[in-house]
Amino acid sequence: MDGGCSDDMTTEIGDEPHVLAVDDNLIDRKLVEKLLKNSSCKVTTAENGLRALEYLGLGSDQRNAMEGTVSKVNLIITDYCMPGMTGYELLKKIKESSVLREVPVVIMSSENVPTRISQCLQEGAQMFMLKPLKQSDVKQLKCYLMKCRG
Amino acid sequence: MDLVQLQRQLVEYRTSLYHEGFLDEQYTQLQELQDENNPDFVVEVVSLFFEDSERLLNELTKALEQQSIDFKRVDAHVHQLKGSSSSIGAQRVQKVCIAFRNYCEEQNVEGCLKCLQQVRHEYSLVKTKLESMFQLEQQILSAGGSIPM
Repeated sequence: MDGGCSDDMTTEIGDEPHVLAVDDNLIDRKLVEKLLKNSSCKVTTAENGLRALEYLGLGSDQRNAMEGTVSKVNLIITDYCMPGMTGYELLKKIKESSVLREVPVVIMSSENVPTRISQCLQEGAQMFMLKPLKQSDVKQLKCYLMKCRG
Repeated sequence: MDLVQLQRQLVEYRTSLYHEGFLDEQYTQLQELQDENNPDFVVEVVSLFFEDSERLLNELTKALEQQSIDFKRVDAHVHQLKGSSSSIGAQRVQKVCIAFRNYCEEQNVEGCLKCLQQVRHEYSLVKTKLESMFQLEQQILSAGGSIPM
């Protein structure tokens, strides 16, 4: 089997990967949402790390609510530079969770900083992507997700 | 003006915006994201950009008027503006933001004030041009035509 993706790959409702996109920039949130929807993904957006964690069930007032449950999302894509909690810190919190650690996390940044990239990859990020994202980047992600579901 | 003339005018205008560096490849990406399900996508995103930029420019003005300037705060706003302008392809605005961030890092007040003036200017230019372009597009659509790619 090859690694390519064809545009006429049919997905049934319920087969659509669910992606959580985290970015403090409103324009970027709208863009990433459209890019993902164009690739037939269900999208939830969050404007910061705390909101993302709350959505995922890891909020500070949701202690142990996740025990034995399955992740709502198939992929988390987050901006690196965010006020409060950075994408890196969010990544760490996700990897610390027994339920969520298997969910692939992709970090995006407008800045190409090699130390930042290796730091994220070392912490378990699946991929690092440079902003602004293009449709081809998201197609790549979609392919990866479909392969994961095998 | 007839439909064909309008369409030609649009293509020429749009091409000039790319040539003059007002728009870059990212704007093309934005147009390619638009489809029949979201026929107003580009206008919506650009409108968000206008609102957000105006907010940021006001914040920047306030922050740089302070007795004791918080350069981290100024930088945070410029970073946002740099991000959004990059995301919609407003290249000239983005370029000024890069210089602006360098002045923030150096804590250079004069440099920052100069950049604020420049970025306001570039923003207002690109806003006017995009609005003119949207108007042309609307005229074409109203005349029953389609927007040439």
